[in-house]
Amino acid sequence: MSLTFLLLAVALLCALSFVFGRQRAIALSGGRFSNLHSLPVHYGTYTALWCGLPALALLIVWYALQGPVTNALVISDLPVEITSDPGQLSLAMNAISLIAADHGQHLDVAPEVVEAGNRLAILHTISNTALIVVLLCVALTGLSLSYRKIVADMRARNNVERIVRYLMIGCSAIAILSTVGIVFSLLFEALHFFSKVNPLEFLFGLEWSPQTAIRADQVASDGSFGMIPLFAGTLLITLIAMLVAVPIGLFSAIYMGEYASPMFRAWAKPALEILAGVPTVVYGFFAALTVAPFLRDTGATLGLSVSSESALAAGLVMGVMIIPFVSSLSDDVMSQVPQSLRDGSYGLGATKSETIRHVIFPAALPGIVGAILLAVSRAIGETMIVVMAAGLAANLTANPLQAVTTVTVQIVTLLVGDQEFDSAKTLSAFALGLVLFLVTLGLNVFALKFVQKYREKYD
Amino acid sequence: MAVVTADAMTNAPHTRGKSKMAARDLDLFYGDAQALFNVDLDVMEREVTALIGPSGCGKSTFLRCLNRMNDTIDGVTISGKVTLDDRDIYDKIIDVVQLRARIGMVFQKPNPFPKSIFDNVAYGPRIHGLVNSRDELDEIVMTSLEKAGLLKEVKDRLASPATGLSGGQQQRLCIARAVAVSPEVILMDEPCSALDPIATAKVEELIDELRSNYTIVIVTHSMQQAARVSQRTAFFHLGKLVEVGETDQIFTNPRDERTKGYITGRFG
Amino acid sequence: MTDMASLMEDRAAANADASDQRKPVDWDSADMSRSIKKRYAAERRFKTYGLTAIMLALAALVLLGYSIISKGYSAFVQTYVQIELTFDPAVIDPDGTRDPAVLGRANYDGLIKDALRARFPDVTSRSEKRKLYGIISSGASYDLREQVLDKPSLIGQTRKLWLISGDDFDMLNKGYISADTQEASRRLDDDEIGWFQTLQSANAIEKRFHTRFFTNGDSREPELAGIWGAAVGSFYTLIVTLLLSFPIGVAAAIYLEEFAPKNRLTQIIEVNINNLAAVPSIVFGLLGLELYLNVMHLPRSAPVVGGLTLALMTLPTIIIASRAAIKAVPPSIRQAALGLGASPVQTVSHHVLPLAMPGILTGTIIGMAQALGETAPLLMIGMVAFIVDIPGSAMDAATVLPVQIYLWADSPERAFVEKTSAAIMVLLAFLILMNGLAVFLRKKFERKW
Repeated sequence: MSLTFLLLAVALLCALSFVFGRQRAIALSGGRFSNLHSLPVHYGTYTALWCGLPALALLIVWYALQGPVTNALVISDLPVEITSDPGQLSLAMNAISLIAADHGQHLDVAPEVVEAGNRLAILHTISNTALIVVLLCVALTGLSLSYRKIVADMRARNNVERIVRYLMIGCSAIAILSTVGIVFSLLFEALHFFSKVNPLEFLFGLEWSPQTAIRADQVASDGSFGMIPLFAGTLLITLIAMLVAVPIGLFSAIYMGEYASPMFRAWAKPALEILAGVPTVVYGFFAALTVAPFLRDTGATLGLSVSSESALAAGLVMGVMIIPFVSSLSDDVMSQVPQSLRDGSYGLGATKSETIRHVIFPAALPGIVGAILLAVSRAIGETMIVVMAAGLAANLTANPLQAVTTVTVQIVTLLVGDQEFDSAKTLSAFALGLVLFLVTLGLNVFALKFVQKYREKYD
Repeated sequence: MAVVTADAMTNAPHTRGKSKMAARDLDLFYGDAQALFNVDLDVMEREVTALIGPSGCGKSTFLRCLNRMNDTIDGVTISGKVTLDDRDIYDKIIDVVQLRARIGMVFQKPNPFPKSIFDNVAYGPRIHGLVNSRDELDEIVMTSLEKAGLLKEVKDRLASPATGLSGGQQQRLCIARAVAVSPEVILMDEPCSALDPIATAKVEELIDELRSNYTIVIVTHSMQQAARVSQRTAFFHLGKLVEVGETDQIFTNPRDERTKGYITGRFG
Repeated sequence: MTDMASLMEDRAAANADASDQRKPVDWDSADMSRSIKKRYAAERRFKTYGLTAIMLALAALVLLGYSIISKGYSAFVQTYVQIELTFDPAVIDPDGTRDPAVLGRANYDGLIKDALRARFPDVTSRSEKRKLYGIISSGASYDLREQVLDKPSLIGQTRKLWLISGDDFDMLNKGYISADTQEASRRLDDDEIGWFQTLQSANAIEKRFHTRFFTNGDSREPELAGIWGAAVGSFYTLIVTLLLSFPIGVAAAIYLEEFAPKNRLTQIIEVNINNLAAVPSIVFGLLGLELYLNVMHLPRSAPVVGGLTLALMTLPTIIIASRAAIKAVPPSIRQAALGLGASPVQTVSHHVLPLAMPGILTGTIIGMAQALGETAPLLMIGMVAFIVDIPGSAMDAATVLPVQIYLWADSPERAFVEKTSAAIMVLLAFLILMNGLAVFLRKKFERKW
């Protein structure tokens, strides 16, 4: 709530600054705007920006740093026996934040921890109060400084436009920063993981069972972190999905683009697009509760033993999800094949299907390959369908009737619930995430290059 | 040069042939808009017939009626009659695929398929099942390239992609591709408009050679070109066929005022 | 002239050459008509493949819709049981003070149990009694309390009341539990089914519209679980996402399309945005977990963190759509404004942006619809917790609709299957609404330059 309040306060101050700046400019102009370098609006915007932007920046920085700083302060006061053991420390920190949030009455913890919790609560209050004060000071300083700078021949418009341009550059930079953020956060924890587990074992190991002892007194099992079974499972499900999505998607695109009457297209195209808009969690539910039992029962009547979390169920449904993706991308690509090529083929007396098979499809092939690669990348990264319909057991099998697990399923399983950021088990999720990111990134770069080249050819 | 070709043209033996194709009372509509009005035109066997006229006059539209290419465009309706050897090509029993094999077409912009040179020429014979062996196919491809005057230039790189050829070569390849199906009529829709003068000269030469075996209809926006390559010329204006006659006569002594205005450059 | 002569010779040679031309194709021969027949058969086959593919895809869509609607429509009604209940003053208000604090603490559960025992007096054993109490949901006591607090004059009276039933009886009433199956393999034994039939023959069982489903938060009891908590969580999350991704996305798009110099850096940004759009959503979840929770220590499970995470994920979608919309504004408009002496920023803000806005909004709505349906990244940042309370702000712990669906889909109770399907229907309704709005915008403001 306090955040909303602060934001509102800053917005209000901005509005005030705008009015002040504008009034001052109007006053300076003496009623004739041509005496000013810029329009009064620009002077208003100028003061508003100087009032609001530093305040906003402060707000962001403050919120980003508040947590780490207060925590560090609290930890520095804890006894060494707690801080020296990472496991204990994280338990203590949990308790402390609960106490600080006033939810910790029932906790049975050491008095130091209770005290630390209370201290954290106080620190938070101090921080919040300080933030309000500092924020107001910054905003008002910005306002008064910029207000005083307003004179008739100040180039307010140029100033405002320069600020706007920098803001826009900053916004574009966020796109880059988020990639950097992804790489760093994955790399950081993955390296942490590789300091505990040999990277070679991770990359080439054939066994995956990430159970490690959390407490020293538990029956210790070391856990093995070989990702090959996960990757094999991912590829198996992806393969099944592609076997469904590629032929159906391609033929749908061909029919839609070359044969369908405008009426049919007007209905069928949006209907296919609905398939693309259905959230993946819905597909997951469909796979787990409709398709998987159906396959299991069908298998039983045929005398096959189909696992109720078979790769087939997840793969089939994932294939359905990807159909519109393949079909709309390849439709795009095929419609870019110039009409002159079609004319050339029809002019020689080819039938429609001959034209499609011998001229359009080969011409569009690079683009279609790109589209399929993008679809593969999407299938590999798809999470909810496999979380809900594929298994957890890391079987190394090529049998689609058995249960397999995937990289994304393991990431979710490892990170939902209690997280211990010092155990190899939790950290392995980040290593898996890194692999997933690199693989999909590679596929995307490759696919986009393909598509790009293709587009240039016919533009 | 123009003089020489004009000479060559008058010296050329005029096989006053019979009518190969004919349009009678042809009307064409794009949706509600009428694009062709009541066109009556005979295309003589083994002659080059040039269709000229200002842009948008319907000459290309008319050309596309002759092999039913307009069928591929939605909303086109046609009334009247177009015949090939006295058979109505819009008759229900006529098969479009077969029709287009008999009436080849070359387009405004060279449109080689993104395949090898060989496969481009072999495409027609292959889809129509005209050959039974690889040798036969080789033979057809070679003679077609030869006829298109392209063989010398490409015989060492038949397997390389056709898109690597120059514009003029591409257009001649498209002509070879059309010839490979051994059509009776070849329609050319401004075949030189995307080519430079040298390539244009080569294609024009080629057209003149092809005349001895094929009936050719060519749409052109260049009156010089019509004068150089054609024996008969038809002038279209606003969707109507204004005048048709011997090329000589059209260019030296047009009967209609509009034709006169167009060829003397008053409009167009 | 000599050139010309040689040319003519060449031509003559070519003509001679051509005279030994291949025989003309006999198109009417039997061979040819057979070949053409075959080609047309191939054509029809090919067309059929295409149609079959579309039909298969549409069949999958229909099947998906059918399986969800058929499983879920029954969740919008709930079984209620009529029972005669005495508002016993000795239980509710022993001292007769009518003090709301006292009334609020009373054991209404006991009243219901008494009423059930009174209705079926022959039930005596402990285990039987426990089963008997399952007829009425544990949530019914809250209803009673509300009623009493609302109208203290009820105390002492005996009323016939409709109370919400427990989930197993609800399932039985809706036909999901069949009385014909073996006793051991169903959730209700013969006694319970007998009670149900007794009540039913007394017209004391009824299905009513299930408002709780729309007004409650999550619950362990299927009949009390509702989607309001998740819907509010989704709302806060989306607001945060929108407030961040829309201005940033549009600003970035404007910069890249209108101002950025065409150099290596902008090229990198461009490639980068295209790639970000295809990064698996779960990777954004990992980023959110590391950046917002581990580094910045923002509250776990809070919509604000979900919104921050989804904003990064939606950003590329919005940037790409906005750039396309901006690109579609013809350069002549920019030239006209610049020619009148407008500055580049003025040109963009007065002319380009308003003209591109419909396209930008369409893209934004589609991005928001994606964010609304997104599950995986939110699992990473702890929005998967079991949360009963309706979140009061974007900083409270909350869950969102798709995660709620995921949680319910994982619950073992039969009754959660219909809840899950119903929640999916609600989610899909929102998505259809949003996409419909996008289509409407596009249709309404579509402009051909």
